[in-house]
Amino acid sequence: MQTKRMTFPGRWLPFALLAPQVIVTLIFFIWPAGQALYQSLLREDAFGLKTTFVGLENFARLFRDGSYLNSLSVTVVFALGTTMLSMTVALLLASTVNRMIHSRSAYTTLLVWPYAIAPALAGVLWWFIFNPSIGIVPYMLEMVGYQWNHRNSGSDAMLLVIFAAAWKQISYNFLFFLAGLQSIPQSLIEAASIDGASPTKRFWTIIFPLLTPTTFFLLVVNVVYAMFDTFGIIHATTQGGPAQSTNILVYKVYADGFVGLNLGSSAAQSVILMVIVVMLTIVQFRFIERRVNY
Amino acid sequence: MVENRPWANFFAHTVLIIGVALVIFPVYIALVASTQAPGELVRGTLPLLPGHHGIENYTQMWQSGISTANSPSAALMLWNSFVMAMAITVGKLSISLLSAFAIVYFRFRFRMFFFWLIFVTLMLPVEVRIIPTFQVVADLNMLNSFAGLSIPLIASATATFLFRQFFMTIPEEMLEAARVDGAGPLKFFKDILLPLSITNIAALFVIMFIYGWNQYLWPLIITTDPNYTTIVMGIQRMTSEENPQWQLVMAAVVMAALPPVLVILFMQRLFVKGLTETEK
Repeated sequence: MQTKRMTFPGRWLPFALLAPQVIVTLIFFIWPAGQALYQSLLREDAFGLKTTFVGLENFARLFRDGSYLNSLSVTVVFALGTTMLSMTVALLLASTVNRMIHSRSAYTTLLVWPYAIAPALAGVLWWFIFNPSIGIVPYMLEMVGYQWNHRNSGSDAMLLVIFAAAWKQISYNFLFFLAGLQSIPQSLIEAASIDGASPTKRFWTIIFPLLTPTTFFLLVVNVVYAMFDTFGIIHATTQGGPAQSTNILVYKVYADGFVGLNLGSSAAQSVILMVIVVMLTIVQFRFIERRVNY
Repeated sequence: MVENRPWANFFAHTVLIIGVALVIFPVYIALVASTQAPGELVRGTLPLLPGHHGIENYTQMWQSGISTANSPSAALMLWNSFVMAMAITVGKLSISLLSAFAIVYFRFRFRMFFFWLIFVTLMLPVEVRIIPTFQVVADLNMLNSFAGLSIPLIASATATFLFRQFFMTIPEEMLEAARVDGAGPLKFFKDILLPLSITNIAALFVIMFIYGWNQYLWPLIITTDPNYTTIVMGIQRMTSEENPQWQLVMAAVVMAALPPVLVILFMQRLFVKGLTETEK
C-alpha cells in the first residue's frame, strides 16, 4: 500500500492519531466478535450456572434444527424478493427519468427521499396501510375478493415486509442506475437509432449490457441490505411471525439470544452470519477491482 | 433523447407519475392519519383526505407523548435522536479523519496491520454480533447513557477509506511546500488538509447523520430508561400496544421522518456525492 513520496517523521504521533479508531474497533468490534466465536463453542445450562465446552455441537444442532433451516429459506425468499422488486422498479424509473431533459431533477428529488426513512418506520408505514381492520389496501383487495391478513397468513406477511424493504431501497438503486445510465456514451445510442433500432431494442442490446457492472454491484449491496439492515422492519411489524414465516436470520439471532436466552445457539448463528458478510464483502471488493479496469 | 416520439414521452411521464405516487403514498397516508380525530381510525376504513385534528394531535404528541405506551414526549425523543445522531456523526468523522491522516502521511511499523484492523469493522455489522457487544457495553457501565448509544457505533471503515482515497489525490507539492515553510504535522492537518476536505466531510456528514438518526436495534437494547428513548424506537413501543392510537403514532412517524428527509432534500447534491463515493 502506498503512502505519499514525502511523509512526516514521527514515532509516536501516528499511533496517537490512530488510537481512537483502533481502541473503539478493538473494544466494540474485535472483542465481541471473538466472544461470539468463543461462546459458539460453549453450552450453558438452563440456569446459567454451568457452561460446558461442546466444540462444534452448536453448529451441528443448528443445521439439524428445523426452525433454523426454515429461517434460512425465509431469508433467501425475502432477500431475493426485496432485491428483485426494488431493482426492477428502480431500473424502470431510472431509465425513464434518463429520457427527460427539463424534468429530470424534479423527478429525481421526488424519488430519492425515502432513503432517509428508517427501516423501522418504513415497516410501520406499510403495516398501517395493510392493517387488516383499518388499512386502505385490504379494503381495496376485499373488493376484488381477496382477504388480506398478515396476522394469520405467512405469505401475506412476507409480501408486506418485502414491500416495506423494497420501497425504502428504491431510491438508492435509482440513484446508482441513473448514474450508470448517464455514463453510457450518447454516441452509441445515436448510432443504434440511426440504424433503426427501436427504444426497446436499444435498451436490451446496448443499455442493459453496458449497465451490467452497476447491476451486479447493486445486486450484492441489495442482498446485504435485505439480510442485515432490515432488522427494524421485521421487529417493528411481524416480529418474525406468523408461525416463523418472516423470521429472517438476523432477527433470529436477536430473538434466540435476547428473548430465548439461548446464548450458545445465538452465538453460533452470529458466527455464521459473520462468515456470510465476509464472503459478500469479498465478492463486492473483487468485483470493484475488476470494475476499475473495465 | 435521440428522437422525437410524442407517445413515448407521454408514456414516460405516466410511468414516472405513477412511480412517484407509489413512493409518496405511504407517507401521504401517514399524514392523513395523523390529522384524524381519536375515534376516527378505529371506526373502519381510513378516510383519504386530511381531517381537522392535525394541530391537536401533533401538539399532544410533542408535549406529552402517549402515556399508556410508556412513551415520553416527542420533543424529548427527537432531542435524544438528534444528540445520538450528532455524536455518531461527529465521532465517526473525527476519528476517521485522524486515522486516514496517520495512514497516508506517516510511515510506521504495523501500518498495514492497523489498516486491516479498521477494514474488518466493515464486515461486522452491529446486528450480527449484537449480544456480545451488548455484554461489553453492560460491563463498561454504559447502558442508559449517550456514550453507550454513540461510542460503539463510531468506528467507521468507510469514512476512513474515503478520506484515505481523497488524501492520496492531494498533490505532493502541498506537503513539500508546507514543510519548507516549517509546518508541523498537526498544523498541516489543521490548515491544509481540513480545508481541502470540507466538501467530502459535508457529503459524509449527510450520510452519517441519516445513519445515526435511523439507528434502531442498538438504542432498543441498551436503553431501558424512557429519558433516553429515541424517536425511531419509541414508535415501535407505541405500535405494540393492544389498540395503538394510530393518529398519534402517525404524527410521531411524520416527526421522526422529517429531519433526515429535510437533510436529503436540502443537501441533495452532497447526499448523492456522499452516497456514490462511500460505496466505491
